[in-house]
Order: sequence, then C-alpha cells, then structure tokens
Amino acid sequence: MGSNMAENHPVAFRWVAQAKLNGATLIHVDPRFTRTSAMADLYVPIRSGTDIAFLGGLISYAIENEKYFKDYVVNYTNAATIINDNFQDTEDLEGVFSGLKEAPQGSEQKYIYDNATWQYKRVEPWDPAKAREEAKKAATFAEMIQRMVPPAAEKDPTLQHPRSVFQIVRRHFSRYTPEMVERITGCPKDVFLKVAETVTANSGRERTTTFVYAMGWTQHTHGVQTIGTTALLQLLLGNMGRPGGGILALRGHATIQGSTDVPTLYHSIHGYMNHPDARKAHDTLADYILTETRPTGYWANFPKFIVSYLKSMYGDAATPENDFGYDWHPKISGDYSHMATMIAMAKGEVKGALIFGQNPATSINGALQRRALMQLDWLVVKDNFETETASFWYASPEVKSGQIKPEDIKTEVFLFPSAQVAETEGTFTNTQRLIQFHEKAADPPGDCRSDAWFTHQLALRLKKLYADSTLPRDEGIKNLFWDFDYDPGTYPTNTRIEGEPDVFKIIREINGYQTGTKELLKSFGDLKDDGSTTCASWIYCGVFPEEGKLLARNREPDPDNKPGTNLGWGYAWPANRRVLYNRASADPDGNPWSERKKYIWWDAGQKKWVGYDVPDFAATKAPDTPAKPGATGLDAHDGKSPFIMMPDGKGWLFVPTGLADGPLPTHYEPMESPVVNLLYPKQQHNPVAKHWQHEENQLAQVGDPNFPIVLTTYRLTEHHLAGAMTRWLPWLAELQPELFIEMSPELAEEKGIKNLDLVKITTKRRSIVAKALVTPRLRPLMIDGKVVHQVGMPWHWGYMGIVTGDIVNDLTAMVGDPNVSIHESKALCCNVEKLQ
Amino acid sequence: MPEPMGFFTDTSVCIGCKACEVACKAWNQLPARNGGKVTLSGVSYDNTVALSGIQWRHVKFIEQFSPDRSTGRWLMMSDVCKHCVQAACLEVCPTGAIIRTEFDTVVIQSDVCNGCRACIAACPFGVIEINPETNTAMKCTLCYDRMQAGMVPACAQACPTQSIQFGPISELRQRAQARLEQLQAQGVTQARLYGHDESILGGLNSFYLLLDEPEVYGLPSNPQLPSQKAAPASALSAAGAVALGLLGLAGLRKQRMDRLAAEERERRQQAPETEG
Amino acid sequence: MAVVLSRRRFLKVSGAAAGTAVGGLLGLGIDVRPKQVRAQQLRIQNAQVFPSVCPYCAVGCGTLVHVVDGQIVNIEGNPKSPINMGNLCPKGAATYQLHVNPNRLTKVLHRPPNATQWEVVDLDWAMDRVAELVKKTRDETFVETLPNGKRVMHTTAIFSLGGATIDNEWNHIQQKLMRGLGIVRIENQARI
Repeated sequence: MGSNMAENHPVAFRWVAQAKLNGATLIHVDPRFTRTSAMADLYVPIRSGTDIAFLGGLISYAIENEKYFKDYVVNYTNAATIINDNFQDTEDLEGVFSGLKEAPQGSEQKYIYDNATWQYKRVEPWDPAKAREEAKKAATFAEMIQRMVPPAAEKDPTLQHPRSVFQIVRRHFSRYTPEMVERITGCPKDVFLKVAETVTANSGRERTTTFVYAMGWTQHTHGVQTIGTTALLQLLLGNMGRPGGGILALRGHATIQGSTDVPTLYHSIHGYMNHPDARKAHDTLADYILTETRPTGYWANFPKFIVSYLKSMYGDAATPENDFGYDWHPKISGDYSHMATMIAMAKGEVKGALIFGQNPATSINGALQRRALMQLDWLVVKDNFETETASFWYASPEVKSGQIKPEDIKTEVFLFPSAQVAETEGTFTNTQRLIQFHEKAADPPGDCRSDAWFTHQLALRLKKLYADSTLPRDEGIKNLFWDFDYDPGTYPTNTRIEGEPDVFKIIREINGYQTGTKELLKSFGDLKDDGSTTCASWIYCGVFPEEGKLLARNREPDPDNKPGTNLGWGYAWPANRRVLYNRASADPDGNPWSERKKYIWWDAGQKKWVGYDVPDFAATKAPDTPAKPGATGLDAHDGKSPFIMMPDGKGWLFVPTGLADGPLPTHYEPMESPVVNLLYPKQQHNPVAKHWQHEENQLAQVGDPNFPIVLTTYRLTEHHLAGAMTRWLPWLAELQPELFIEMSPELAEEKGIKNLDLVKITTKRRSIVAKALVTPRLRPLMIDGKVVHQVGMPWHWGYMGIVTGDIVNDLTAMVGDPNVSIHESKALCCNVEKLQ
Repeated sequence: MPEPMGFFTDTSVCIGCKACEVACKAWNQLPARNGGKVTLSGVSYDNTVALSGIQWRHVKFIEQFSPDRSTGRWLMMSDVCKHCVQAACLEVCPTGAIIRTEFDTVVIQSDVCNGCRACIAACPFGVIEINPETNTAMKCTLCYDRMQAGMVPACAQACPTQSIQFGPISELRQRAQARLEQLQAQGVTQARLYGHDESILGGLNSFYLLLDEPEVYGLPSNPQLPSQKAAPASALSAAGAVALGLLGLAGLRKQRMDRLAAEERERRQQAPETEG
Repeated sequence: MAVVLSRRRFLKVSGAAAGTAVGGLLGLGIDVRPKQVRAQQLRIQNAQVFPSVCPYCAVGCGTLVHVVDGQIVNIEGNPKSPINMGNLCPKGAATYQLHVNPNRLTKVLHRPPNATQWEVVDLDWAMDRVAELVKKTRDETFVETLPNGKRVMHTTAIFSLGGATIDNEWNHIQQKLMRGLGIVRIENQARI
C-alpha cells in the first residue's frame, strides 16, 4: 500500500517476485493499476488519501473477529496499560481528541494539541514539574535522570478495563466497518473482506505479513498517522520484530536514510536527537537533557549521546565548565522546513541559499518556489547537469513568457559541476539502514568536484575569515573542530584533484573515538557523558571499530544466501542488526514462536540470545529477568519487553507522546477533497494540519464543482524524481520522453478527450498541459453512491534536459503534515479539459 | 563444442521495467533513438516501439481489461532476437556475415555485413534493422563477447525478476516446463510456451512463456522460413536476394510489420471489451 | 581496492557436443550444424574493477565500475551483492551515462546579478566569492538572543538544501559547518 514497488524499487521487488514463486500472496492497494498491480494476486483500488480508513477497517476486523495475536498483544504491546481518566477520544468529541487548542497567531496551523490528557495513569500521583525541579539539583547526569523516573503505569492484563489501551482502541475503530470502508475508499466491501481475511490468516505464530509503503502513504497531511495505523495493526497481528513481518519504508534516494540519520534536516541533530529549540525548555545543557531524555528504556543514555556529539562539534573547546559548548550551538525557534523556508524566502527573509543535488524549482507549488528564488541575493547550485533551479532566471516559464525579465532578477547565481558516485569515495545508507561504502574509480572531469571537497574548502575559507574575530557570536565557528585534511604524506597520488578531505577522518568522527587516546569506539555502549568520548552519531558508532576495518566496506555475502541476513555485507545501524526489535521473534519465554519463523531465541545453555541476526536486546538478559522498580534505562524493563527504545519496553498501540495530531490515527480527508468526511462529518481535515498562507497557495473548497477530480502524482521506473539525473541521459529520455496524464476511458469520454490529445489540467493554484494517456488501468470509483474520477501524473519533467515538459508540482499546494511538514501531493483536486 | 545457450523469457514475471533495454544499450554501446528526444507513443508504457538496429531488446505492454474492470491484466514481455535454429537471416545473408556460433546463437559480424538488408526482410519476427551509425544490419548477439568470457548477457544479468533467464537450452527447457506446470496448477490456463520445441523454426534458442496467444504479443503463430515459402522462396535465396534488389524485400518486411502493428493497435482499442 | 577482472564463470561450458536443439532438422534440408567461433575482444578484459553503489533510489544495489586507463568504460550490477545479485533497474543500468555524458557540466558557471547570460569562472575565485557571501549574509543577519530573552545564536537568512543523494560523509561535514556558523535552515529531500 502506498508503494508502487515494482516500478520505483524494481530490484527490491525481485525478492517479492521470488517470494511469490515460493507461494507468498501479494496484494496491491492503490488508486492506480500499476506495474506492481500487474504482478499482484489481488489488486485493490481505493480513492487516493483514504488509506487510514482502509487500515482502520483492518484493525476493527482483527479486533471484532478476535483475529489478533493475543499472546503477543498482551505481552509486547501497551494494550493492557490504563490511560488517564481525563482523556477523550474522537468518539467523544466528534472527530478530535482532548487537548485541542488554538495555535499562536501567525502560525501555519489553526490548532495544536496539548498531550497532557493522553498520558498513562500512574499507580501513584506524580508531578513531572516537581520531579524536574528535584532533578536539576542533581550532581551528575545519571542522578538527574534517576530523579525523573515516573511511578509504574496501571495495567489490566485481561484487557477488559474500559480505559485500557485495548478497549480505547477497540472503541476508536468501531466505526471502521466494511461498509464504512467501502463508502469512504470506494473499495467494494467483498474485496476489502478478502484482504482482511488474507492478512489476518497470514499472521500469527506460523506466518507473518509485511506492509510495504513509500510516498503514497507519507505525502499527506496525515502521513505519519497512516504509518502509525499500520504499526498499530502490525502490533495487533504480532508482525513486528519478526522475519517476514514489519513495515518496510521504501525510500527514494541513495542515502536519504543516511541524510536523515546524519541529518541535513533542521529539526534534528545526529542519531534522532531533537535539535536544541528556543521554544522548549532547552535553555542550558541540563535543561535540554531533562526535556529530551526518557529516563527508562535505552534512551536513558541520551546524556552520553549529546555530550559526545558536542565534543565532536567543538573538540577540546567543549568542556564540562562551558556546558560542552552548548551555548554556541544554534537553537531553532520555528518551523524551518523546506516549505516554510520557501515561503520565508518569497517574503525576502532568506538572502542566500546553497543547494546540492536538489531541485526546488520543480518542487511543491513550483512557481511559488521559483518566485522565491528570485528574491535571493545569492544562490549556489551544485549539480551534475544544469537544473531548473540553476537556470530559473532565464529558462523558467515565467521568464520565457516575458512575465519577468532576467534583467529584473537580482540573484547572483553559481553553478558548480559535481563529481558523480564512481568519482568519489564514501558511504550511502540504504532503505534498510545498511551502510555501504563505494570506492572511487576515476577522477571527475574538468572542474567537477565532490560535494565533500566543496564543503571542506568552504569551511577552510570561512575558518580563515573568522580566525581573527573577537566577537562572542563567532566563538562557535572559531571553535568548530575541523580536522579533515589528510595527514601529511597520506594524500592519494593517483589523482589530479587537490584539496579533498580525508573521508576516513570524517567517518572516524561519525563513529567516535576516545577523546584522549583517539582510539576508535567499538560500540555505543562505550559512550560517556563526561567528555571522555567524542562521537557525532551514536547510532553509527561501531561501523568503524578499528583502524583499517571499516565495516561498511564488508563485502562477504552469506554462502548461497543462507541464512540470508548477510551480516558480512555492509553494516546496518544499530550494531549491525538487520531486523529491529527482533526479541519479539521469540515468545515471552524466549522460544521461537514457531520453527518456521525462528529468528532470535534464548539459549538457556549459553545463557544468551542467539540466532540469525544480532539480537536487538541486552545480550545476556534472560527472559525471566524481572524489571527493577524505580531503575533507569534497560533495568526498568523485564526480560519480556522487546521494544527497548520505548520507555515501557512495549510496542505502542496508543501513543501518549511524540505525535502532534493525536494518540491514535483517525481518518481525515485530504486538504482538498471532493467529498465530506463520512466518518466524522464535523471534522473534515486533520485539525492540526499545516497550511502556509500565500496568495499563490490557495486551496479548493470541499466538493468545489470546479475541481471535481482527484489528482495523484507519482513516479515511473524510467525516471528519477524531477529528472535531473535521468532526463539528460539519452538511454532514459527515450523510454519516457513526454509528460502525460493517465485517465480512465470513462472520464476521457465524458470530457471528449482522446489518447494523446493535449489536455489542460487545472488546480486552485494554476494550469499545466500534458498529453492524455487514456487507459483502463484507471477507473472511476463509487464514493458513497457518487462517481469520483481519479487521474494520475508522473512528476519527472521540467524545462531543462534532453526531454522537457510542464512541471506537475506547479499544481500542488504547500500544505503539510503537522509532525514532519511533508506536503500532500498524493491527493488533490483538479479539473481536466481538452486543450483547444 | 559448448552446449547450445540461450534465453528463456518468462513473461509472467516481467515487470516491464526496461532494465534489459538499457543494460543492452549500455553494454553494446548503442545510441538512443534521435538522441533520446522522441515523442510519446501513446501505446501503454512502450516508447521504444520496436526492435531495431539500435534497439536489441524491446519491452511490449498489452493492457487487457473488461469494461467493468472485474477482470484485468497488464501483460509485459521483453522481446529479442529468437536465435532460431532454422535462422532465415542466416539463410539469406549473401556475404556470410551472419554466423552460427559455438553457442548455437546467431550473430551478425558487423565488419563483414555490407548492409544489403536481405536479412531484414527475411526475419519473420522483425528483429533486424540497419544501425544508422554503422550502416550495417544489427541485432542481439546474445552478448557473444560476454559469453566467451564466461559472463551472463547484459540483459539477463540486469533483469530484476529473472523474467529473462540465460543458460543451456536443455536446462532452460526443463525450467520452462516446470514453471508452466506451476502456473497451470495455479489455474493460469492460458499459460503456454512458445518456441521451446522444434515446431517453430526448428526451435528458438530464445523462447518464451506467454500468458496469451502469441499474436497478442505480436509474435506469429507459425512463422515461415523464406526457403519454405512458395513462390518467392527461391527468389529469396542468398544470391537471389541481392539480385532482386532490396527495396522489394524491405517492402515485404514493412508490410508485415505494418500489419502486426495495425493488429496490435486494433487490439488495444478493443481492449476494454476484451475479456482478460 | 581495485582488482583485475577475473572471469566469473556462469556455468561450466563443457566440451559436450551440441545436439538438443539441432536434432531432427536435417530432414528439413537445412544444415544448421556448422558452428563458427569468432574470438571476441571483451572491452573490459583488462579493466580495473571498483565496487560501488547505485546512486539512484535507496535500495542500494551493488555495482561494478570498470576502468581502463583512468576512464570509466562500463558500469554494471555486482553479482556478489546480496541486495541485487547483479540485477539493476533501467536507471541503475544507465549509471555509465550519468558519468560519461556530453551534456555534463565541467566548468563553474556564474551569473552576476541582473545578467542575461552565464559566464565561465575560475573554481578558486568562485569558492572565495561564495565564502565571502556566506560570511556577509551571516554577519548581517545573526541573532544572539530573541526579544523574549531566549538564546538562539543563529541566522535564518541562509538556506542549505540537499543531501539525500550525497555521501553520508558530506552530510556530516555540511550540517556541521552550517550549525557551526549558526545556520539553522538545513533541509534535504527526506521531507519532500
């Protein structure tokens, strides 16, 4: 669901094809019949943007028909936990949860949630604010965390308590009947039931089911909750932490996982630590640690992670006396995500931009982003080919049409040519968290340089420019530890390029080392919170355990692919574990749930966990180990709690903290929809969704007759993203040369459109033109007794390259998920007409 | 001599990704048509349209849906030279440029070919065309160079779903039979093999598992050798081909391809009415 | 890490006589038996091979890059990789053309404010100029403390975008340099 795997991840699909040959059943739930659907045993059409309704239906089916995996649910999830008396569900409040309040003025949100009422009920009263005051007086970070440990949560292992998570979940999803699923999604009831029967029958001790998703789930104003719905379902069915189970995110770029782990993202610093934030109680390092540390579960080690990170930033200048340089580290004070930044840029608030291998001129509400670029004083683009972003000032539709003249665009633009993958060395992290090293094969041509060269050279220049400053604000850059030049005599001799940084020195810093001896760290278990260890990324710690032994460079596959975990190929963070939370592959007593699904188990003789993978659990912690009351870290968990990162060691069906839009997923319509929310008619959209206000970023009203058709955007096998890496390649250009819009024969007939006709597509933002590809692979759906048409457009084209075409993202709107600010381009409203 | 080698293309697992097309071009350094600047064909996801002197692999897409979508299939098939045991191209080649290799495959030697086009007209599958860069007839070599070095042909190596399988013909035939039986046991009654035995041109060393009639995929049910055709057969002998003049032959080929294309177009337009 | 290409044997090309496909054809009057052997020069015969990773999607397919005399001559799937077993998709199969491509840029281009054309400029000059611009904008827009007294030590006037297509090592030094300068608008494709 939400993934067109055969088209967008064809080589990963090889394993699906193989599983099918071995008897697996493949179901594809998608608005369009794609090359994945063509391979599926069952194709299930749904209206774009209604996945939560469909998945919610599966949850309700599993619960009401007692087809959940009870032993797993009782022991490994928070189903038994009791929630506070003052929590109110969407069932009580007609579509919203308790805690909804108006957002501050000028925000991109109308409402936000306060999650105070969503919390676990504790066995004795607990005042977090008071605990925090006490904790601040502690002498060490460890003691500080100790004082933050809350009393245990109330539980009912019979799952009958009306305020138990299980009963709250059951009530919450009771509306998601097969009939309701059909009315909302357009999927016929009998087809839905077939899916429900197949998925539940294929889950349990002997069998597992996996869900595979991609942008079809994430690019919505309820994207995070869609994945949350699946997490909930997979926990109910006992499919998490087990072979053949899980939820597989198919990510889109070579190291999009790596660039999230090693985050070139505004909201987070290394290893999923929240960025210091002036809107939170983050004033000092102690405040930051108190706010961010979960005292029970593995995250209790947070102080070690952040202190080792600050040491990597500021080196010897980071000392306990100066809070390890915490004050020099910038704090965020707003949403600086992509869309928010482009809106700020359009208003003239952003003056300069450095853009590497990304192409915002073709991104969400593209015309608005191009207009934003025109407000910059300077723009640096580094890429392989001349992209739309580099050339907006002379080649964009606005300039070509004469609307704007290049002479009136003030932006100073640089375009630096890049080295390509085979011309550099370094690591990518793939979609399964596998870090792989690629070797440098040849020098890049001309003035093409690696991106690392660029940033290193820029840093050396800036360090020099600031060297003599005495301003306090410049202490951060002056103290920034920058030791990436090759050591004397070690620079490679087989290259004409000068000034590259030493990639292995960078990996050293990511992996971490003993501050004093510089000895590489073997594991994140070695990290300390006193400055004696330096480590940028605690989750990558272990990838480079000793000199000359970079595990990302491991290239020893399992012989004949047995057992197939291939622990000798690359390195998967954390600790080379291939399946996360794999303790759940064994039953509470530590035995495999079944011989067929054997993966990790407790070996009583050896007194340790063994199996085909690296156990994602304390290696020698026996299944019968009791939890230590009042303890921090993993000692707070018993030997039957597989979810070691969670404070209670359990998989969360109900999510008390961490989500901006409710502790449980709820079906809301996309921001643009042809129909009202049939589930909760009083709450059309996600109440806390983001919408950036701008005159060029307006939305169609619900059921607007001018925009009656659902439009979804997508990718094709033959191109990559906006085409910068494919539309300049003749071999790929010829495979999909022109922009098209896929529509059903029924809609084409209604609109008088024939195959290959030029069609004008209009949204509330603007219009573009594409050729019609009339195909029965698209079909009209019956939504609550009314025909709704869907059309689809691949978004690979732009105005540069061998093959060009209109920019599909000129149609999309800057609206976002409240948790992660991802946009909603998978479901919007449009009209189509034949171009006269 | 080594065993006969070839391809078994199992169309039931083809995902239409076209990796075979690109891997072939990359290894054999073949150019894109018009430098890649072409137009949308409008025939499903097929934009490379046909096999040619620069297109040695070609993925076909066939959409079959009932009007109410209660049934529907999207068939895909990677087409390629069949490396016929009775190879018409080899039979008519006046210069001896076309050879049968030690792997029982059929290869055009570019440096011997004089571009006479006899083979183009003779091929019953429309496989061969002139490569405009060399002005010689070209087609799949089954990666003769890679085979000699003990390597898998580029397309078969790239194919993510093992739709294109490479190996000794005898082994491939066994695999194909087993796969056919598996599909038929699953109720896929329309599954069939094409070219796996001697009934078609003595056997195709690139043979197929299809999910419908061969014609649905643009493959002739009963292709003929020029030497077995009645009147023109003698005229189509190697020497005769040169004498006849090549326009006529090219015309014959064109007629046949036009007919196939027209049939396919027609089928496409009727597709919504076709029971899948 | 380069190794000289070794022949990867796909099967034992035995000396057994051919026959399966040939039998019974002589009756048709066609002699299909003659087999010609023509030695083919493998164009990667003497290449150095470098293991690499496909730069497109996040599956992480292993590739092999063949280099002759310092020039990339071929890129194909690595049969040893347990991820792809030598397979590639059309994009991965086209990686060679991503590198060896006449459309590729090889010089730094600069467009001064309000100009109508690119100019080719010197790499060093361009780097110096970018450093000056970053410093100028940062210094003009840096905020130490918000009006509410909260310390922020940042500038929101510079945007760093990209990273999902670029090595982890670059991501590390880029975010480090940006955060070292107090630049907080840092984004990549992971959100978009």
